[in-house]
Amino acid sequence: MGTGLNPSYFIGLSAALFAIGAFGAISKKNAIAVLISIELMLSAVNINLVAINKFLTPEAFIGQIFAIFVITVAAAEVGLGLAIVIAIFRNRHSVNLDDFDLMKW
Amino acid sequence: MEDTNVMIAFVLLSGLVLGSALLVVTLKNLVHSVLWLIVTFIGVAGIFLLLNADFVAMVQVLVYAGAVCIMIAFGVMLVQRQDMENSNPMNSRYKIAFPLIGGLFISIGLLMARTRWTLSGEAVPEKTVQGLAPILLTDYVIPFEVAAVLLTVALTGALVLVKEVKANGDRS
Repeated sequence: MGTGLNPSYFIGLSAALFAIGAFGAISKKNAIAVLISIELMLSAVNINLVAINKFLTPEAFIGQIFAIFVITVAAAEVGLGLAIVIAIFRNRHSVNLDDFDLMKW
Repeated sequence: MEDTNVMIAFVLLSGLVLGSALLVVTLKNLVHSVLWLIVTFIGVAGIFLLLNADFVAMVQVLVYAGAVCIMIAFGVMLVQRQDMENSNPMNSRYKIAFPLIGGLFISIGLLMARTRWTLSGEAVPEKTVQGLAPILLTDYVIPFEVAAVLLTVALTGALVLVKEVKANGDRS
């Protein structure tokens, strides 16, 4: 397995997924939708890490270990992000990001 | 023959991933977006299987498609009280975002086309868990423990944040 594919295909897929996620993160009103888009971008990064691990250094496994760390940090990030969104929703009764101006002076 | 099968699998899986990711970003109903997010993550797990990373694929299905998506679904249900019909609108910045992201994508594509890869040519070892575990518990043991502490602190912090605040400011 492997001679038919080369890293360019996977980097192209990952770039497309990252672009979709970044578009969502910039252009969404709902705070939870922005969190979802950030998850898409992190998945794109994971595809890159694992693909480069396979094609360039298959014996070292560094890319796969970094992908596992990225998944761990993403899980923690979603938990905290949702907690912050729920806490702000209690105060403001809104999840529209344009209403989140608590730190504005 | 093997190569064509792998190629067909790659095309199908990337179509699944990109199509469901587009649905996640464009659908009007936030709950449907979260459900399509699960499909995206399972497609990404399939891509990992194609790359001989079966342990990462399993972690992807367990953590992302299982835990994270259910957590986001709970978050949506706790936050959206009115009708779900139009709960995921775009704001006016999509006009800026579209050329910006298109330019980013095209520049990544151009750089990718110009790169000359020095492929190692070796295959990934069959048993990935037996290769991952020694590295994770020797060279990367400190990041491993820090990740454990990070998860504990983050989830405790999340509990403290969402705990009901009483009217007199007493958090007990």
